[in-house]
Amino acid sequence: MKKVHPSFAAGDAAMPAVELSELDRRLINALQGGFPLSERPFQAAAETLGVAEATLIARIETLLQTGVLTRFGPLFNADRMGGINVLAAMSLPKSDFERIAAFVSAQPEIAHNYRREHALNLWFVGAAESPDKVEAVFDYIESVSGYPVYRFPKEREFFVELKLEA
Amino acid sequence: MDDLDLALVAATQSGLPLTPRPYHALAESLGLTPAEVMARMNAMLESGVIRRIGVVPNHYALGYRANGMTVWDVDDDQVDALGERVGRLAFVSHCYRRPRQLPLWPYNLFAMVHARSHEQAQAYADAIAAMLGDACRRADILYSSRLLKKTGLRIVE
Repeated sequence: MKKVHPSFAAGDAAMPAVELSELDRRLINALQGGFPLSERPFQAAAETLGVAEATLIARIETLLQTGVLTRFGPLFNADRMGGINVLAAMSLPKSDFERIAAFVSAQPEIAHNYRREHALNLWFVGAAESPDKVEAVFDYIESVSGYPVYRFPKEREFFVELKLEA
Repeated sequence: MDDLDLALVAATQSGLPLTPRPYHALAESLGLTPAEVMARMNAMLESGVIRRIGVVPNHYALGYRANGMTVWDVDDDQVDALGERVGRLAFVSHCYRRPRQLPLWPYNLFAMVHARSHEQAQAYADAIAAMLGDACRRADILYSSRLLKKTGLRIVE
């Protein structure tokens, strides 16, 4: 039941910073959590922002369309639903980097893949419905590439309350 | 979680309906009552299945370009207590304890920081270093220099 699909511009590093209106900023700063579970939640949220319900709905729609927002709604914790994500890294020589990075990205179970500046220069997340499936993908990458995959499974997650300031 | 919870996850993982009564719209499509939809979502919020409900901004669109993975080699006896404190810093988006991979990788605490410049990210790292004090032996910041793949995690089909 769990599959990974490509999504839109979320996290696209090529995306330029966007010029935001004062209302957009207040909206983003106020609504990164705590959206009401009530009959007219937009109306309740709009009141605290001092705008009309329809204005708030239209702004959220526009911010989604322009890619300023990647999502609007509940943010799920995949770990609590039986799925598993495992961080892993490889140390690749320059001559092999492009080929193996592309091979890693091509695996459907690999959700994120980044180059980072370190001896461990390729960092990725394997996501699947079971630890065995993630392990199998990492094993496959090792056997095809000939390079070790270093696993960094979460041993403990610490509570965070990040809010990005717009 | 039962089948109805999973149906709710499937119906909302790409977002809430942008209509004045979004939970009523969900209820109608799932054959539930609005009160049931709200009660189930509230229960998932309380159990942590839902982290939060709201807008999820694109870091880059807000000008957060220096996204650094700060990593720390912290004394095993102190890492859990210190990790709790680091996670609560406003600029830390993810904070985990993970295994070391010696000798290549001596770090056991990972904290992602989001900043608008490398200078700002470094200042955040300095604040974490001050919090860790003598319990930390070594540290590094890894910036992503290229995004090779990022897919949204879709949990339920």
